[in-house]
Amino acid sequence: MVNFKEDIRIGFYVCHCGHNIAAMVDCPEVAKYVATLPNVVLSRDYKYMCSDPGQELIQMDIREHKLNRVVVASCSPLLHEHTFRSATEAGGLNPFFFHMVNIREHNSWVHTDRKEATEKAKGLSQAAVMRVAKHKSLDVKRVPVNPEALVVGGGIAGITAAMALAKAGKKVYLVEREPSIGGHMAKFDKTFPTLDCAACILTPKMSEVGSHPNITLWSYSEVTKVDGYVGNYTVQVKRKARYIDEDLCTGCQDCITQCVFKEPKFEDLFNEGLGKRKPVYIPFPQATPQIVLIDPEVCLNFKRGIKPGQEPVVSDKCKKTCVEACGEKNAIDFTQKDELEEIKVGTIIVATGFKTFEAERLPQYGYGIYPNVYTALEVERLVNASGPTGGDVILRDGKEPKSIGIIHCVGSRDKKTHVWCSRVCCMYSLKLAHLLKEHTGAEIYNFYIDMRTPGKGYEEFYNQLLDEGNHFIRGRVGEVTDWAVTKEEEGKLVIRVEDTLAGVVRRIPVDMVVLATGLEPQKDAQDVRRLFNMSCGSEGFFLERHPKLAPVNTFNDGVYIAGCCQGPRDIPDTVAQAGAAAAEALALIDTGYVEQEPNTAYILADCCGCKSCIPLCPYTAITYDETTLKAVINEALCKGCGTCVGSCPSGSIVQNLFEDDEIFSEIEGVLAFK
Amino acid sequence: MTDPSKSPNGGWTPRIVAFFCNWCTYTAADLAGVSRLKYSSNIRVIRLMCSGRVDPQFILDAFSRGADGVLIGGCHPNDCHYVEGNYKMLRRFQLLKRMLADLGIEEQRLRLEWISAAEGEKVKRVVNEMTTQIKALGPLGMPEKFRDWDQEVIELAHHVEKSGAAACCCGSAAAPKDSKAEVAHV
Repeated sequence: MVNFKEDIRIGFYVCHCGHNIAAMVDCPEVAKYVATLPNVVLSRDYKYMCSDPGQELIQMDIREHKLNRVVVASCSPLLHEHTFRSATEAGGLNPFFFHMVNIREHNSWVHTDRKEATEKAKGLSQAAVMRVAKHKSLDVKRVPVNPEALVVGGGIAGITAAMALAKAGKKVYLVEREPSIGGHMAKFDKTFPTLDCAACILTPKMSEVGSHPNITLWSYSEVTKVDGYVGNYTVQVKRKARYIDEDLCTGCQDCITQCVFKEPKFEDLFNEGLGKRKPVYIPFPQATPQIVLIDPEVCLNFKRGIKPGQEPVVSDKCKKTCVEACGEKNAIDFTQKDELEEIKVGTIIVATGFKTFEAERLPQYGYGIYPNVYTALEVERLVNASGPTGGDVILRDGKEPKSIGIIHCVGSRDKKTHVWCSRVCCMYSLKLAHLLKEHTGAEIYNFYIDMRTPGKGYEEFYNQLLDEGNHFIRGRVGEVTDWAVTKEEEGKLVIRVEDTLAGVVRRIPVDMVVLATGLEPQKDAQDVRRLFNMSCGSEGFFLERHPKLAPVNTFNDGVYIAGCCQGPRDIPDTVAQAGAAAAEALALIDTGYVEQEPNTAYILADCCGCKSCIPLCPYTAITYDETTLKAVINEALCKGCGTCVGSCPSGSIVQNLFEDDEIFSEIEGVLAFK
Repeated sequence: MTDPSKSPNGGWTPRIVAFFCNWCTYTAADLAGVSRLKYSSNIRVIRLMCSGRVDPQFILDAFSRGADGVLIGGCHPNDCHYVEGNYKMLRRFQLLKRMLADLGIEEQRLRLEWISAAEGEKVKRVVNEMTTQIKALGPLGMPEKFRDWDQEVIELAHHVEKSGAAACCCGSAAAPKDSKAEVAHV
């Protein structure tokens, strides 16, 4: 505890941040003003406080001028509070004798009048100087980190992150919602710009994940609840019923061949609905894990007409040829129920990916109206050798296309849908153009707004496509219609577009239209965000802690994001980001402990025992001690929100770092300066 | 839009004290900065971990020390970093609004806004709106009012003492003393 008789000796520093602050705030003037305030021993302005010399300046001044409080007016505390606390500590003081003033994000960057901004900086600095005088010495509490990690989402991002952690010797739970890992990448035929086969580069990684001793792979499972805090999360996972015992199934697929449905007749979602499957199925040949599953909605052994959300009921009306086929393995279990498992992990990597824009939302492009309008993802399956047509491009009307139009930016760069550029569509459109030409020899027309090919070898790929004789028409397509005005247009889809380079409106008849749909957040991104206590940007993708310096961190410590759940990106960027997220998780795990901000609350002896705080605590950290007749806060459970403090009628609860006295001083300070 | 901080009536320009929660609104204000959005400089932000930490006394203290407006920013309902601190603030806010009305403080001077970490634009809009509104209301001037009231009471006491002495009426001096204490309590 501080001896309050001791003189308060404050050192004040105002940072120019190059021109970032100095251009709008007269820093020397602020320093001069603060020097006149009580308890301020030293007041300086300096070009870059966060630089090494800046930090050394603080340390030197603490020793030379016997400072016992430090205030830095610079950027947001969310960025550099830690830096300056460390400098304060290195100077020999308790790090919590430091306070930070935000005069960049909250001042110089948002105001336009230099005089006003300078006055505001003075007011905020005065508040900090008055506040810091009340600061107390606090201890940081260390809590151990559980070395096990959870990766949510088994796309290429989740696979990469899980592998990185597993290779480093950490136990990883990989939870995937779909029956198989692989994500969107497993649906792709080739990858741009090298045109290597997606399955060839992905499936070895998938089986590596499936067989790695450090990875517990739970497919067809979803995270339903997350409790705890950084280093010590308790996660509840729902393992959906496959009606197959995962330990007994060998993946022989005899049950699929022997199913009473001789022909597949149900919509195959892996093939974007272009193919058919049976009630017992495996999503695709290389699925990992190699375990079949039964769809109770269509399987004859289950009752029909079950409402959504209701548990499937066994009808027992089927001959169950699948059970016969399974024989002694006995893996089929129609009575299986969803199971809830609870795991304890220290870190979480969220890699839940994206969904593609729903092309029906733009009816002028005719998706869902004209059968020969396809989305790009459907075409990926269509040209894939393991796809519904075995890699032959055969249209829904059975014909082979002689001319194909690819419309870029469907649901991207459009104020009516999504304003962002989805980053991958130009490149995958070029790839599909190449593949479609290779498969069909058709004339290919690309309709683009701008060609965006930033990436290693991407521009070269574009040049290659130009040389291959593809047509590129610059202009946003107005509509796709079957209304023919000339003989050549009859029986075709006509693309109406303004060719902005030629300055004419054109009608281009084609047999097939491919819509390059953009990337958007998953439908349940908001639920997932709440589950992991993250934030979303205005577009709905998960928000990183800092757009440049902490792109895989979230506002919830110990939870990291990777891949397209954070924003549209291509495979190389996703893999790199997944590696970064794994490295962050590893850093936390290998440190072995986390330091907790000591902003917890405690109860003073003058508590009258009214119990009004007890129901307010969302973490049930407050209990009532029957012997002392006072409330007690369990420090380990307290997360430091201060809600109880704000509500205590007798002012008997104190929140460290945010004590009433400190905040009243701050209020007085900001208003003291006129 | 004209710059709301440019005061038409001479030197006065409103002073708004803001209590922003660390996770949503403070971050949103940081985002407004990073995005270089421009808003009026009348606001002074005090960072708290949660809007649930805002003690009604903070608000009253700010008004009594000369704030013309108080803005509280928290996470959207269902998005609170601490599960439900924002709801707790909402309750207090509703009660406090009634009390402020009784004190003669206009409703527009206290505002509670849910601003998520992604809504830098909303910080700008809310601050500018509030500045314009309070400008229209004029200064609250609580410190000056306290001074005037204290003066009034002193004068009244003086008056009563004088007239009481003339009328030889004992005990009446006690009443003004009490009412002074009462005013000071506000």
